[in-house]
Amino acid sequence: MTAFRRYATTAAGVLILAVMLFPLYWMVNASLLPSTELVGSEPAWLPIHATFDGYRNALSSQGGHLLTSLYVSLGTVAVTLLIAVPAAYGLAQLRAAGGRLLVFALLIAQMIPGIVMANALYVAADALHLINSPLALILADSTLSVPFAVLILHAFMRTVPTEVREAAAIDGASRLRTLLSIILPVSRNAVITAGLFSFLFAWADFLFGVTLTSRDERAPITVGIYRFIGAHMSDWNSVMATGVMASVPVAVLLVVAQRYVAAGITAGSVKD
Amino acid sequence: MMADTIHSQAAPAGGVRVRPIGKPMGRSAGVRGGRGGTGWAAFGFIAPAWLYVAAFYVYPLAGNVRMSFQDYTVTSFFTGRAPFVGWRNYEAVWRDPAFAKTVVNTVAFTVGSLLFQFGIGLALAVFFQRRFPLGGVLRSLLLVPWLLPLVVSGTAWRWIMETDSGVLNQALMQAHLIDQPIPWLASTSVSLLSVTLVNVWVGIPFNMVILYGGLQGIPAHLYEAAALDGAGAWQRFRHITLPLLRPVTAVVLTLGLIYTLKVFDVIMVLTQGGPANSSQTLTTFAYDLSFQRLTFGHGAVVGNLLIVVAVVFAFVYLRATRDGEGRAAA
Repeated sequence: MTAFRRYATTAAGVLILAVMLFPLYWMVNASLLPSTELVGSEPAWLPIHATFDGYRNALSSQGGHLLTSLYVSLGTVAVTLLIAVPAAYGLAQLRAAGGRLLVFALLIAQMIPGIVMANALYVAADALHLINSPLALILADSTLSVPFAVLILHAFMRTVPTEVREAAAIDGASRLRTLLSIILPVSRNAVITAGLFSFLFAWADFLFGVTLTSRDERAPITVGIYRFIGAHMSDWNSVMATGVMASVPVAVLLVVAQRYVAAGITAGSVKD
Repeated sequence: MMADTIHSQAAPAGGVRVRPIGKPMGRSAGVRGGRGGTGWAAFGFIAPAWLYVAAFYVYPLAGNVRMSFQDYTVTSFFTGRAPFVGWRNYEAVWRDPAFAKTVVNTVAFTVGSLLFQFGIGLALAVFFQRRFPLGGVLRSLLLVPWLLPLVVSGTAWRWIMETDSGVLNQALMQAHLIDQPIPWLASTSVSLLSVTLVNVWVGIPFNMVILYGGLQGIPAHLYEAAALDGAGAWQRFRHITLPLLRPVTAVVLTLGLIYTLKVFDVIMVLTQGGPANSSQTLTTFAYDLSFQRLTFGHGAVVGNLLIVVAVVFAFVYLRATRDGEGRAAA
């Protein structure tokens, strides 16, 4: 390719990206525009008269939901890793009996439609008086991430030579001890990737949030936005500011942990 | 969503040896129960995961099946009584005028989403295969919409598609493509089209990533040989890319189907299935029956239907990954 054609291709790529990311730009734009410019018949392409009123409103009405989401998402990460790390270790390193069936069950489990789970989990949570409890939300959200976490950790831990574990066993280390002081440090990156995606899944959850919380102050941010649109249809400025704030943790994770995100997406290229 | 990337990528990656996770044990069965007396003794480590599967997948599934035979209403939550009513819930759902409409909508929504997500995703994957400055950066930035909560991007679209002050109508009017604003989300005739459009947007990055992985697995010397034989760009695409991409295509389409059936957030934020059920799919219908009309038995019936469809295609998916592995190994 000539240099000209390569730059023309870059220009085309930038254009494609601009089209695909336009909705996100439009959200940021609206979050900064004063309400008067939002209702005009001409679109305001740039937030020239930027205002932070939307963010002030959003923070005062949605700040609690953001905290709830943060709490629930971190809880989901903890529950997920607590289940998935030993399971992946048992599957990949110890070749535990019934392992194949478990992997198969998890593969099928990720395909169960969430609405089916919500229906049954609502009844169960009601019976246990866990409606509006963050615990119920943490447990429900973990169903989104446990299969993924087990599968990705399993894929990684299989690449750790069994000789490493066997050497530790000869030195007298118990299986649990080997997991904690040898396998876990070696698998650090895979654990971070699994935890990161557990966080993202829980943060993005809407279905369990909307079904398992009836009291507004207990709702996660996704439900907060949803109810906020219902109540403030015309106040797009604040609605969009809320949307931007709900994207902040995702954006931060993308920047800070970029290579783990990439690892999660291209997990398949883990070498044998 | 991501987990499946593992398998999908596993299937085509000709160069990189990846075993699909679905069948990990078979090949190294000799190790099982070998040194250190593993096997049953190691079961303790996977026991919590088994308990978890039982409590959070098997129990809800079984509960859903049971509820579909019970008269489960809002009073059941107070009295704890929900009498068994046989197939009456199934009859009620079948007779519900919204049901047939919902099935048709679901098929249209799914087929439309898959077709365009795949087509555009493939076009972008082919495009990003070229080497050009910033190619890698642009490709990874395309993934950003995929990682944001769907409620957030759905809200942005709702603002874009707003009838009077939404930018979509404003731009179309300025370009003189339409004379008066189209009520994208408020009209029974276009609401399904609108939610499908947004869902296509949501699914493009996923399709692109997996198809890009598949394209990377096609050996470059095939293209070179074909070019030497005088094959044009279209012929190379038609006779090399498409056939060799078939295993990945099968995976992408089956997974896409399973995910499209599950779509909930996008439709809820945009239209809530309305107006007048015009954008209602089986998933939002199940939600409506259970959590709006509070007829949990009816919602469970629709849920069961979704399970059956999902499980059928889950097996199709597992077969597709296995075939892909066979082909890659061959």
